[in-house]
Amino acid sequence: MKILVAVKRVIDPYAKVGPLADGSGIDTTNVKFDVNPFDEIAIEEAVRQKEKDPSIEIVAVTIGGSECTEQLQKALAMGADRAILVETDQAYDPSSLSKELEAVVRSESPDVILMGKQATDGDNNQVGQMLAARLGWPQATFACNVQFSGGKATVSRETDTGEETLELPLPAVITTDLRLNEPRYIGIAGIVKARSKPIDRRAPVTPGGTRVRSVKVESVPARAAGKKVASVEELMNELSSRGVGA
Amino acid sequence: MSRLLLVAFDPTDALGGAGFAGALGLPFDVLLLTGQAAPGIGAEKVLATGWTELPPSDAIASAVAGLAGGYSHLASVSAMRSKDALARLAGHLDAPMVTDVIAAEGPSQFKRPIVAGSLIETVAVDGNPIVLTFRPSGFSKPAPGAEVAADNLNLPGTSAVTRVSVSSRGGARPDLTQAKVIISGGRPLKDADTFERVIGGFADAVGGAAGATRAAVDSGIAPNELQVGQTGKIVAPDLYIAAGVSGSTQHMAGIKDSKIIVAINTDPDAPIFEIADLGLVADLYQALPELQEKLKK
Repeated sequence: MKILVAVKRVIDPYAKVGPLADGSGIDTTNVKFDVNPFDEIAIEEAVRQKEKDPSIEIVAVTIGGSECTEQLQKALAMGADRAILVETDQAYDPSSLSKELEAVVRSESPDVILMGKQATDGDNNQVGQMLAARLGWPQATFACNVQFSGGKATVSRETDTGEETLELPLPAVITTDLRLNEPRYIGIAGIVKARSKPIDRRAPVTPGGTRVRSVKVESVPARAAGKKVASVEELMNELSSRGVGA
Repeated sequence: MSRLLLVAFDPTDALGGAGFAGALGLPFDVLLLTGQAAPGIGAEKVLATGWTELPPSDAIASAVAGLAGGYSHLASVSAMRSKDALARLAGHLDAPMVTDVIAAEGPSQFKRPIVAGSLIETVAVDGNPIVLTFRPSGFSKPAPGAEVAADNLNLPGTSAVTRVSVSSRGGARPDLTQAKVIISGGRPLKDADTFERVIGGFADAVGGAAGATRAAVDSGIAPNELQVGQTGKIVAPDLYIAAGVSGSTQHMAGIKDSKIIVAINTDPDAPIFEIADLGLVADLYQALPELQEKLKK
C-alpha cells in the first residue's frame, strides 16, 4: 500500500503575527516556518500505519519554493520514505493547489492520501475535499481514528454533534483533525537518516494561479476590556443594568 | 444571472441565511437538505432533497452540483458538515471557494478570519459560481415570517461511503451555535465528572449551553463537540460566561461576537480579562454556584 501525505509550509503556528504596514499581507519578519500542524498529524498517522504494516510506502509531497525542502526533511525525519517537491514560485489558492496535487496523484497512484483538515495560515479547509472530488474518490474529513484492512479504510471522524464512523473503499482521501494522534519527537537518528532519503524535485504541470485573491490583511478590531467586579453580587448588578437576569 | 442558492443542512440553518443573502444583494432560493419546510426568510423558491437524514458528503456534493446550473453563488452556514460537503462541491464544479465569511462587500469581495482568527483577510473572488460558507453572527438576523413548504425534488443520495455508526452526545441542552447563554469551562475543571457537574449543571440551571476550551477537550475533560474557538464552534450568545478560561487567541476568536462576555478566573493577569466586559477574579467553584442561584431567579 502507498500513502501520499500532502504537507504545507506555514508560518510558525505559535508565533504572534500581524499585518504588513500597507495591508498587503502577513508580516513574516523574524517569523519561523514549520510544517502545518494538521499535516504533521497526517505524517504521524502514515508512520504509525507503516509501523503496523512495514510494506507501506510513505511519500510526502509539497508545492512551493525550494525553501519547502525544510518541511519535506521533517516529514522524512518522522519516517516518510521519500518526498516530492513540486518546485514553483507561482501563487496558488486551494482550487489550483488541488489541481497540481491531482497531477501528482495521477503519477504516483497512491491508495490513500492523508493531509491536514486545514492549514493554520489560511484556515481554508478545502484542498482535501476538492482533490477527492476531482479524483472521484471517497473522502473522510476531520479524522480522529484511522484503520486499514481488506482494501478499505475505517475512519472515525469528528462531527458538529459528536462522532461518526465511515467505511471507505480505497483509494480515498482522509483529512486529519487534532485528536487523531500526537506527532512524535524527532530524534537525531531520524534527522541523519532523512539526509539519505530522496527528494524528487519536479516542475509544476498546471498553471497555478489564484481566483481567490488577497486584497487586504488587517488586525482584528480589538474588543475593549470592560471592568473588573469584586463580587458575584456586583457582577449581578452589572448584568442587570445590561438587561440580563433582571 | 446572479442568484444565490442557500444550502441549508436543516431548517434552522436557513434562518442564518437571510442576512447573508441581503449582504450579497442577490435574489436567492433555499435548498433544504433535510426537512420539508423553511422559515420565511424571503427566498423565491424553497426546495427540498426529500432526504430523511443527511447522507455522507460525497452524496450531498453530487446532488447539489446537479442543481448548481442557475446559480452564481452557493453558500451554507459554516460548520464541519458544510465544510466537508461544500468544498467537495467546489471541487466538482471547479469553483473558487471562500470559507468562514464574516462580511460581504458586494457579491465577489469578502472578509474572513485567517491564522487562527488573529487577522482578517479581505479576498476578491473571480469565478462563477462561487462557493461559500459564512458565519451568521456577522450578518443581520431579520425575524422570520411564516413557514414555507418546500418543493420536494426527490434527489438521489447515493454514496460510495458506508456510515457504520454515529454517536451524538448532544442531549437536551441547546446547541452552542444557537444558545442565548453559554457557560464555558477550561482545564481548571479537573475531570469529566467535575466539568459535567459544575459547567453542565450551570447550563441546565439557566437553560443554556455548555462549552469548553481546546485545552479542556484535549485533556479529556469535555467532549470535542463542545469546543469553542477558531478550530471549534464559533458562538455569539447574548451572555458568554468563561469560567477558568485563560483566553487563548484561538478561543477568543470564537467568542468575540458575544454580546456580553463574563470572565471568572483566579489569575488576575489572564488574557481573557482583556476582552471580557465583566471580569471577576475569583475561584470558579465558589463564584459559579452563587451566580447560578442568582441567574436562575
